[in-house]
Amino acid sequence: MSDGYNFGYLDEHTKRAIRRGLLKAVAIPGYQVPFASREMPLPYGWGTGGIQVTAAIVGPADTLKVIDQGADDTTNAISIRRFFARVAGVATTERTPEATIVQTRHRIPETPLSEGQILVYQVPIPEPLRWLEPRESETRKMHALADYGAMHVKLYEDIAIYGRIATSYDYPVRVDGRYLMRPSPIPKFDNPKMDMNPALQLFGAGREKRLYAVPPYTSVKSLDFEDHPFTVQSWDEECALCGSHDSFLDEVIVDDQGGRMFVCSDTDHCGQRRDAKAKPQTQPQVGAS
Amino acid sequence: MSEPLFRVANVTRYHGQRIGCRDVSFDLRPGEVVGIVGESGSGKTTLLDCLSGRLTPSSGTIEYLARDGTMVDVFGLPEARRRLLMRTEWGMVRQNPRDGLRMGVSAGANVGEPLMAVGARHYGAIRHEAETWLGRVEIANDRIDDAPSTFSGGMMQRLQIARNLVTKPRLVFMDEPTGGLDVSVQATLLDLLRGLVVDLGLAAVIVTHDLAVARLLTHRLMVMRQGSVVEEGLTDQVLDDPHHAYTQLLVSAVLQP
Repeated sequence: MSDGYNFGYLDEHTKRAIRRGLLKAVAIPGYQVPFASREMPLPYGWGTGGIQVTAAIVGPADTLKVIDQGADDTTNAISIRRFFARVAGVATTERTPEATIVQTRHRIPETPLSEGQILVYQVPIPEPLRWLEPRESETRKMHALADYGAMHVKLYEDIAIYGRIATSYDYPVRVDGRYLMRPSPIPKFDNPKMDMNPALQLFGAGREKRLYAVPPYTSVKSLDFEDHPFTVQSWDEECALCGSHDSFLDEVIVDDQGGRMFVCSDTDHCGQRRDAKAKPQTQPQVGAS
Repeated sequence: MSEPLFRVANVTRYHGQRIGCRDVSFDLRPGEVVGIVGESGSGKTTLLDCLSGRLTPSSGTIEYLARDGTMVDVFGLPEARRRLLMRTEWGMVRQNPRDGLRMGVSAGANVGEPLMAVGARHYGAIRHEAETWLGRVEIANDRIDDAPSTFSGGMMQRLQIARNLVTKPRLVFMDEPTGGLDVSVQATLLDLLRGLVVDLGLAAVIVTHDLAVARLLTHRLMVMRQGSVVEEGLTDQVLDDPHHAYTQLLVSAVLQP
């Protein structure tokens, strides 16, 4: 840990203020709590909200994993991981089960999370009603009165135009049967993972100065119509590297001739599967003498 | 005579020091259409905004006989309940259809939105209802997925009417429903409105400065000037035998082609 920085970069008062906001957010699942977002040493849109949440909750004993679009080795993920290694001196990892805090942009890890883990989302626009109702005073009132009928208008338009609900990311959800929430730009493929998840899920929007949370084992339901139920994406291909059929795949262009391949977007999940294939597990001997 | 559906008593609204409307009282019975006429700036729209629950009156009460048979004080209700009432039992047709419509989404979504707002979650049923209502306001069914911005002024106004009537309201407020439309389109729209009002047994409050519209659509008329009602009575009576000097001026100012 480098000298000259307070533990976790933010000063103690700021961290306390954010923790207070987070406690309120956990107490009212899905409710957007305003907080005094600080300037961070990276631009808005690069994860300032998520970094502030992580800085407020990280402790010396924590192990941090940072993913961007599912990958541990992209510029943003590496920068943020190194940032916390420097200003907090915490251990970092790429393995999902080893991490106590996972900061993420655009994905939820394929490996199921467990109790005691915290998932921190970076949120660009927290307000699910923003494109329907431009006035903040009105959207707050709509949340207060649970006046969410207008949200289905967008889904109706999708079906009228494309014949199905074409919204594929940042798909609106209802938390604990009450608040309408934007799950941040994760693919709708990940929406079912939020429902009844044993891990704590925290959301930070730095530019918009909002915090919200989904506590462990809370119901998170994606909006839909009775005759057009919510479905997730599926692929005809399998992962070209690990052969997975059930993970979220990225299409990658590999040459100038239009050659392409599909690979898991979650690099840790893909790597674990490949390792497991390379050296098959030896069965533990039962009843060894 | 039946119980009043809507009872307005001494409604006054100030805009700061200025008077918006002063001491307006009237009763409205089911199926009755009352018109409010007067020059611009006479307080018609302020009054309509108060009546329709969008503007809180400075004093006075507005009561409404809800579907469950109880007389409710509109401004005494909690906001959630008032919104539900406005959404399920009332309609509001604005002068400029762009104010009353969601311009970014299709005609079908505009008609379907009030249904979704009260909990309809079956796409097929919502769409079917939207088709039915577009038919009733004479918009061709193949325009259901077109944006309202591609519609003519008269079509947009008819779309707004469909959007308001889809939840089967019992009371509709209209602010200059024929304003800004040419006379032939006005005639079609008036014919349509008259038909719908009779078919559905709607009660309505219509604000207009066009006395011909008032004569065609309304049963009773209130004439407003400088925020106060100066004369009221049966429409024919007020228009054919005006008593107040201002009403006489208003009636005589109508151009006869």
